[in-house]
Amino acid sequence: MDSADLIALWISFRLAATTTLLLLLLGTPLAWWLAIGSSRWRTAIDALVSLPLVLPPTVLGFYLLILLGPQGALGAPLRWLGVSVPVFSFTGLVIGSMLYSLPFAVQPLRDAFLSVGTRALEVAATLRASPWDRFFTIALPLAARGALTAAVLSFAHTLGEFGVVLMIGGNIPGRTRTASIALFDHAEALEYAAAYRLSLVLLGVCFVLLLLVYGVNRRLRAVGSTA
Amino acid sequence: MRSLLATLSAWLALGAGPLCAAELHIATAANFAAPLQKLTPLFERATGHTLALSTGSSGQLYARIRQAAPFDVFLSADTEKPQLLEQQGLTVPGSRFVYAIGTLLLWSPRPDLVDGGGAVLGQGRYRLLAIANPETAPYGTAARQVLMKLGLWDALYRDHKIVLGENITQAWQFAASGNADLAFVALSQVLGPDGAIAGSSWRVPQSMYDRIEQAAVIIAASPQQQAAHAFVNWLRSDPAALAAIRAAGYDTAD
Repeated sequence: MDSADLIALWISFRLAATTTLLLLLLGTPLAWWLAIGSSRWRTAIDALVSLPLVLPPTVLGFYLLILLGPQGALGAPLRWLGVSVPVFSFTGLVIGSMLYSLPFAVQPLRDAFLSVGTRALEVAATLRASPWDRFFTIALPLAARGALTAAVLSFAHTLGEFGVVLMIGGNIPGRTRTASIALFDHAEALEYAAAYRLSLVLLGVCFVLLLLVYGVNRRLRAVGSTA
Repeated sequence: MRSLLATLSAWLALGAGPLCAAELHIATAANFAAPLQKLTPLFERATGHTLALSTGSSGQLYARIRQAAPFDVFLSADTEKPQLLEQQGLTVPGSRFVYAIGTLLLWSPRPDLVDGGGAVLGQGRYRLLAIANPETAPYGTAARQVLMKLGLWDALYRDHKIVLGENITQAWQFAASGNADLAFVALSQVLGPDGAIAGSSWRVPQSMYDRIEQAAVIIAASPQQQAAHAFVNWLRSDPAALAAIRAAGYDTAD
């Protein structure tokens, strides 16, 4: 594998790691609100969060390209405020990836919080545990399995991301050329051997990751049932 | 009941059309899809055959033809892929010909950015220049040749002022949406029906890049050789077809 492909792999891993971290940080409170909140907007937000599952990634990327453009609904005010528009940059890819992988982070977390239920929390509340205390010492530890699933799925999903990056990346080596773009370019240039090598690495990494999450989940479930 | 049968047989006869008419499956490079859509009714009226178009990048179509996709004619965006198919014995010998020659254009949707000599490229009054990927797209290769001839490629590439579209459509999209300031595009993409071009542009002199020749071949496995030959001959020599290709922003081989 040549150095350009190694750099592309590195960009992909960096993108997946950054996206996962940010999604866990921002997705956890959102999932918590979706699980226990009582707002009448909850169902609508729930559906909104799941939309990236349905929308083709290239369409999502195309919308972002238009939205973030200098005349776009987001790009124009940003530019007016003096913020540089993040299309064709690593930051832009992170924003796109967070949207694209949002349901993969939020749904497992939400389901985990739902399965924890409100009973343990109510008991803790009667023992005068503060809401923060309840969240961090009860809900979050009990939802650890969901958090792990959310992390691994977001990571793997972002690693394999293609359409969004294709539309807003601009294929800049060392910045926005990810492994999946490099792989596509190899296939387009009829460099099939290089394409096979790169896809083998991606497949291998994703398989090991998924193996890991299913293995750990099974073990946690076994521990849970004996406890 | 009898009238139903009559209707049915009339419908069948209509559907089947003239005895020799065939439906041809044409695999066309994305950049020629719009012109071909305009050519389709002309050809159908002239011959009675019908056309079904499959669009994709030349690389994708090439890969599909190698896997025995049921195409009759392949219109590539370059000459390399038809040649490769020919070497593998997958095309009808002698059927390869150049059906269109592309024209490279430096273009911006802004009316004041691009001057008639392309001097804007060296003046640095822009943040981003979009081109198609030089490794995979013929118009991208041509754009790189132009920038190298102007002695600008290394500096622009190093300073990350060049963004790559996967193909010429994306290069156009980057500039049309305003995310890039200007782009190397195909004349055929921005040429209006009235022959005018919106925004500002520079038609790059042909001497600055290798001719962007687009070649067609008949697929050897096609079961409709006669109709395929009829289409290829029509595309190559019919005055109306040639005029339509030129009106779409391409040159034709003499």
